[in-house]
Amino acid sequence: MNRSTAPIEIPQETRPRKLSLAEKLYLPLLGGLMVTMKHFLRNLFTLKKRMYTIEYPEQRRQYSHRFRGHHILTTRPDGSLRCVACFLCATACPAECIHIEAGESPDVNIEKYPVVYEIDMLRCVFCGYCVDACPEEAIIMSKNYDMAYFRRDQSIVGKEDLKKPYTFDQSQLGYRPRYPEEQTQRATMESGAVDLVSAARARVEEAAEATKAS
Amino acid sequence: MDQPTWVVDREILLDLARDLRDGRETRFDLLLDLCGVDYPDRPEEDGGRFDAVYHLYSIPRAERLRLKVPLSESDPALPSLIPVWKAANWFEREAYEMFGLRFDGHPNLRRLLTHEAFKGYPLRKDYDAARRWILTEDQMYRPHPEPEESVEDEMFERMTINFGPSHPAMHGTFRVVATLDGEVITASEVEIGYLHRCFEKMSETHTWQQVIPYTDRLNYCSSFINNVAYCRTVERMLGVEVPPKAVWARTILSEFSRIMDHCVCNGSTLVDAGALTNFWYMFQPREEIYGLLESCFGARLTVAGCRIGGLLADLPPDFIERSRRIMEMIPPFVADVERLITKNRIWMDRSIGVSAISGEEAVNWGWTGPCLRASGVGYDVRRAHPYDLYDTVDWEVPVLSGGDIYDRYRVRMLEIEQSVRIIRQLLDRGMPEGPYIVDDPHVALPPKEKAYNEMESMIYHFKLIMDGIQVPAGERYLMSEGANGELGFYVISEGGGKPYRIKVRPPCFPIFSTFSRLIDGGSVSDMIVTLGGLNVIAGELER
Repeated sequence: MNRSTAPIEIPQETRPRKLSLAEKLYLPLLGGLMVTMKHFLRNLFTLKKRMYTIEYPEQRRQYSHRFRGHHILTTRPDGSLRCVACFLCATACPAECIHIEAGESPDVNIEKYPVVYEIDMLRCVFCGYCVDACPEEAIIMSKNYDMAYFRRDQSIVGKEDLKKPYTFDQSQLGYRPRYPEEQTQRATMESGAVDLVSAARARVEEAAEATKAS
Repeated sequence: MDQPTWVVDREILLDLARDLRDGRETRFDLLLDLCGVDYPDRPEEDGGRFDAVYHLYSIPRAERLRLKVPLSESDPALPSLIPVWKAANWFEREAYEMFGLRFDGHPNLRRLLTHEAFKGYPLRKDYDAARRWILTEDQMYRPHPEPEESVEDEMFERMTINFGPSHPAMHGTFRVVATLDGEVITASEVEIGYLHRCFEKMSETHTWQQVIPYTDRLNYCSSFINNVAYCRTVERMLGVEVPPKAVWARTILSEFSRIMDHCVCNGSTLVDAGALTNFWYMFQPREEIYGLLESCFGARLTVAGCRIGGLLADLPPDFIERSRRIMEMIPPFVADVERLITKNRIWMDRSIGVSAISGEEAVNWGWTGPCLRASGVGYDVRRAHPYDLYDTVDWEVPVLSGGDIYDRYRVRMLEIEQSVRIIRQLLDRGMPEGPYIVDDPHVALPPKEKAYNEMESMIYHFKLIMDGIQVPAGERYLMSEGANGELGFYVISEGGGKPYRIKVRPPCFPIFSTFSRLIDGGSVSDMIVTLGGLNVIAGELER
């Protein structure tokens, strides 16, 4: 490769560029006018093809499936939050914008659930660290970037609002752990987990009946 | 140890510095960085509480040297090195306000990034970061440019004018106080610090991984380069080998970011000179590059695309096709701008010879990057100290000799071409197979499917997030070529999950400290074009 090994010179003077005769006569300006004219005519006759501007909000930019937008709290089939209030997202958050208060879950197989789960959207930097940190896939992100608030307290978004987007538009999901090729494996894993839960429930009920009988 | 380190007594510092600069065998002509470090528990006999750390570089010899001057808490005084390196001026002011180090002989030892009503030294370990200080108008920083008075001046009145902090000509929030004699600036002083957000203090309370989103906000025009520079530093401390796919992607996306940064800089400089069209042309490839970054990492501006040990996510399947499409787009736009402006006499008259600085002087002021290369010094970190894949591709370092705004503009245009060249070669090579992040559970989070299913991975997952990456004790300065010069991270670890000290060597900090020297004697309109041509990014300047 062309790595030059010669030591770098440090010049003591500046040698500014000299104008050529054509440049002194302003001739290259004609070339410049050609450029703008070319763009003008092309944009005039092939209007939509080369337009880079978007008429927001009527038109919207299409973002990829990795877009880091408004958060979503995912739910279990029964509608309860998947979050187990382990605080990993709140710990991983560099902006410290996640506030969780944990409570004991009524379900014996789930230790904890978030009584309060709030994200301060004005503090959030949308880095996606909470998604990386979550061991339950309970928090993912959406493509929603329309976040405007009239008052500061509106920017603190609670459990219900974080749950909402998930329920109506699947195509708007953004940054999340992705393994499309492992969908089947995941499905069996989840059904296995459900079996374990029902087995445990049955054991608890058996034990309760046993005590009742004795 | 990453580079030779000398512990120097403050008594001999000034003489030693002069010898190091002038000696034929040393020739340390560039003062890269100066910062303080606080060790509250270090006893007096070991040197005392503070270290003043100087990073020197010799451009002809391509060697580095670190000087450490231990200072006691009771008398943290040391000589100012402004007579040796003019770059020391602002660095010393910063070390003064952050650590309370006193630089004897400094002409203007006042606060730089914090305001005048600020009490205490914020980067000391015992400073309460939650403390707030209120600045009243009568305490405001009063820059005092002092023009030389002469007898003829009594005929005319001089005028002192504030540009900024909120002014359309100031890209960002800078304040320039200029004394005008008609249209000519006779004296000026710059005040900065309006965008200071305590990056270095905050990084001390976050884990190594959590610092990455903060680095996005240094030079926000090319945030990915900052990510790479920071992650490389930490990886070097950990001794982690980054997988080839990540290195490949980092090189390509860094070059894309560089193109973007140069597009913004040249576009806005030309707007300042009255040539608006270029801005629109330049921003179209930039828009596409933002789209590419978004498809990789899910954000356009603040990408946070790197992780220590690799990348945030695997590259999208259409990465190469998409990059190629952008590659086809960029050259026509560059050609359009070249035809519009490069030989346009109106622009040439505005820029040739304006705010010119010789290579020797620029080096003394601590310049690096495209601005230095426009002054005829071909120092580029990618060539002098190759990293990532830069030594495996064929490219050139564009060097021009004018040292003026015109050549700064030209160097950036030529660098866009070189970046295109680098990316083309890497794309032709094809994407390397393999993982995008290192497979080391002490550094990178285990894959999610493992974290869900395996106990061991789950434990690693929890440990990494709760405690952070455990970086062995030590210190390291590692440089990368940012879009406007040498971007260095000087990090100190005392072991454990959080950095002990991170100092960024922001490339535009020494460049902007030269601003008064560049604009004095020129006209007001020259000042505005000069500011654009230097590519000063407030986020990086003030951290």
